[in-house]
Amino acid sequence: MKSLKQVLGGDVRQYGMLLALVLLTLFFHWKSGGLVLTQSNAANILNGNAYILVMAIGMVMVIVIGQIDLSVGSVAAVVGIVVALSIKNWGIPWWLGVLLGLGVGMLIGMWQGFWLAYVGVPGFITTLAGMMLFRGLNQYIGKSVATTVPSEIKYIGGGYLPNIGGLPINGSTVLLGLIALAAVIFGEFRKRAKQARLGSVPAPIWTMVVRIVLVGIVIFGAVWLFGYGEPDRLSFPVTGLILAVLVLIYQFVTQRTPFGRAIYAVGGNRAAAQLSGINTRATYFFTMANMSFLAGVAAVMFVGRAGASSGQDGTMWELDVIASVFIGGAAVSGGIGTVIGSIIGGLVMAVLNNGLQLLGVGADWQKMIKGLVLLAAVAFDIYNKTQGKPSITGMLQRAFKKSPKGVEAK
Amino acid sequence: MPENHEPTEKHHVILEMRSITKEFPGVKALDNVTMQVRSGEIHSICGENGAGKSTLMKVLSGVYPYGTYKGDIYFQGEEMRFHNIKASEAAGIVIIHQELALIPELSITENIFLGNEVKNRFGGIDWTSAHAKAAELMARVGLNADPTTPIKALGVGHQQLVEIARALAKNVKLLVLDEPTSALNEEDSAHLLELMRGLRSKGISCIMISHKLNEVAAISDGITIIRDGLTVESYPTVPGEVDEDRIIRGMVGRPLDNRYPHHEPNHGDVLFEVKNWRVESPIIPGRIICKDSSFFVRKGEIVGFAGLMGAGRTELARSIFGHSYGVFHHGEAYLHGKQLKLSNPKQAIKEGLAYVPEDRKMLGLNLLDDIKRTTVSADIGRICNYNIIDLDQEFIAAEEYRKSLRIKTPTVHEGINKLSGGNQQKVVLAKWLFTQPEVLILDEPTRGIDVGAKYEIYTLIHQMADAGKGVIVISSELPELLGISDRIYTIFEGAITGVLDREDATQENLLRLMTGTAPATVR
Repeated sequence: MKSLKQVLGGDVRQYGMLLALVLLTLFFHWKSGGLVLTQSNAANILNGNAYILVMAIGMVMVIVIGQIDLSVGSVAAVVGIVVALSIKNWGIPWWLGVLLGLGVGMLIGMWQGFWLAYVGVPGFITTLAGMMLFRGLNQYIGKSVATTVPSEIKYIGGGYLPNIGGLPINGSTVLLGLIALAAVIFGEFRKRAKQARLGSVPAPIWTMVVRIVLVGIVIFGAVWLFGYGEPDRLSFPVTGLILAVLVLIYQFVTQRTPFGRAIYAVGGNRAAAQLSGINTRATYFFTMANMSFLAGVAAVMFVGRAGASSGQDGTMWELDVIASVFIGGAAVSGGIGTVIGSIIGGLVMAVLNNGLQLLGVGADWQKMIKGLVLLAAVAFDIYNKTQGKPSITGMLQRAFKKSPKGVEAK
Repeated sequence: MPENHEPTEKHHVILEMRSITKEFPGVKALDNVTMQVRSGEIHSICGENGAGKSTLMKVLSGVYPYGTYKGDIYFQGEEMRFHNIKASEAAGIVIIHQELALIPELSITENIFLGNEVKNRFGGIDWTSAHAKAAELMARVGLNADPTTPIKALGVGHQQLVEIARALAKNVKLLVLDEPTSALNEEDSAHLLELMRGLRSKGISCIMISHKLNEVAAISDGITIIRDGLTVESYPTVPGEVDEDRIIRGMVGRPLDNRYPHHEPNHGDVLFEVKNWRVESPIIPGRIICKDSSFFVRKGEIVGFAGLMGAGRTELARSIFGHSYGVFHHGEAYLHGKQLKLSNPKQAIKEGLAYVPEDRKMLGLNLLDDIKRTTVSADIGRICNYNIIDLDQEFIAAEEYRKSLRIKTPTVHEGINKLSGGNQQKVVLAKWLFTQPEVLILDEPTRGIDVGAKYEIYTLIHQMADAGKGVIVISSELPELLGISDRIYTIFEGAITGVLDREDATQENLLRLMTGTAPATVR
């Protein structure tokens, strides 16, 4: 157990959901007779869920500051129609249309951020209003008619990396894998050098080697899965690449920048954050603005995959996004949650959807199972946090002690 | 009273906790703790923060249920096995926690009978008799108010009385009070102690956990001292004749000759000055909470602010700290003779002000965070390169303060919520010292922390002063202000009513100024 801890580093509990994801994948793979981990299905899972995962990145930040955004689906619908119509009707280049759409997303986010941060309307209400407002705006602009998008945008939402090198395995995918592996090795050595510099006792060298080998196996597996088979037709999808880049950026922003710290500080204790010199309003504002911006990115990916923007885009997206964040370990009361966790949470939902479909489970059962999984994941998480306090009264006491504080802090 | 542990007829033992041992993963919080409480006595439990007092009370009340600890509990001669709070309350043991468990929106009556409602024959709530019973209980605790008043309209002192009334409604036989007076002013504290004496005469036993040794000395019939999870001493006493030094010796494990470290002040020029500061209440429009206040702090000077709770000390300090409280009317602040223009705490921090708030859990800390991140949180720009946090520097800074403030923790990666109160307060101090302030404003810096940690904080205040900084200490404890301040301002109803040098200040003349009864000549 101790050596497992040394290899994985830090809190083993954090790996619980990752383990669940792996087991779930393997279970469905086995049950479906090997249909889950195939090149086309894996690419499908990514293409079909990347837009939800992109929004989960923004949503976890919103939830960490103690708010919620119900409007992401409607916002995405507005951005989708703006992108599609501006290119089709005005004849502007596709990239300008995308930029325009993302700009509209950002503006909508600033609108919501304004009401939350500077007027004090709770995020739930602001975005509930936004949900209706922007759904209506989408229908007003698009007249509820499907509008097709050009092939470049289709490539963003459903395209694959080109094959380079002419091997039986997709060259771009291999290259990506090599870059990832190099980054991991570089990071490990840098961490070791830093530990030595700080004079702390570094972990035994074998833990680092084992870690690199483990990550290497995962990367190799992924490269094989996505790249081998039909290298000219299929590869690591473009949506996956966009998602990976965004995850890296936002993981860094939330963990290593003052803005990221501000998000956690405001969500953990707003009054204390304010007295520590944190501009809580700006934190609210930018977090909301960012959420709608990412909803815009998701919209471009989605209309690209669908090939057109239509009036029903984005309905119920908010629920999938919010579920991903909570399955990924975020706290309803704010202050807790990570980008990586939410992505894993989203992938659990994605694999669950996909696996149940492959097993031929009906939509009715799918919904019931997903609901129970959400409930079980959050209950498990809460149980873990209250470990050492096995009594119900102990749990209730904590809940009671917590609630008045939370009320006054707001 | 003789040194006699044998139960007499009049004072038989009502509670006995025998060889209580409670272990958490890796820590023995209680090790073979034994204590006895006799019927109709006030028994005080003393010990430093983290000594195990609260754990012991949680064992007693069933928060840690039977089976999770070793040892036996005998109450009224019978062995008790509490599985939850409800069971201990049914037996007549009620705990009143430091953080009151009242619901602010509900009325006094509703709070008194919460979970214990007065029912009519249809199972609904019988409001008429509930209010009548509540009024009766309120009379017993000396609370003069309308039973339908919502809790949030009451002061902390009165809220505490509601808690006691609630305990009486449950037919309490043993009342446990955890730091009952830590949030109360002198008057309310005195009333509470009087009430405890009254309960004692009615045969209700009390266990009191308190850091205020003068109160412990004034009313205890028995004292148990706990240190590091062990019973140091448990002995009967006579109220009013308690040896405070003996308690301190037992708590810290060594004699503490002086509760306030010696300090030779070395004052320079005026460092920080505030003129005609006027602030209106953010809650009650038109009410002025700082009435044209003016004061100054010299380099190397420790300035105390004395005032009753609600006098406007905290409001003044917070308003100066970047207008973070109230509606600012007018006033000027000068640092090094240069006028400051502050509109938020961030600017105040940048200019060299630091404000350590009185309520560390509400205003001082993010309890979800860890030590290292908290330490740098008020001046994070200092460890950033191109807006990216340098985790090495963060770790180094946190380690430095962990060592210099002697924060008791395995590593700086530990969560804040795992620390004891005194260590949490040290982390708050570390956070503000990290901002390298010129003027350090400390609001109740030693509230709810133990004697040893207090001494360390006083030493730290002296170090800041010796480094030429200005220190402002706001405190409700007059002995503390007299012990560490070079000069003391008094505040009454939002106005500064006087200023006394250390040599001239006594508890009496400070109290007169604080209550507005001083002759005008003192000004």
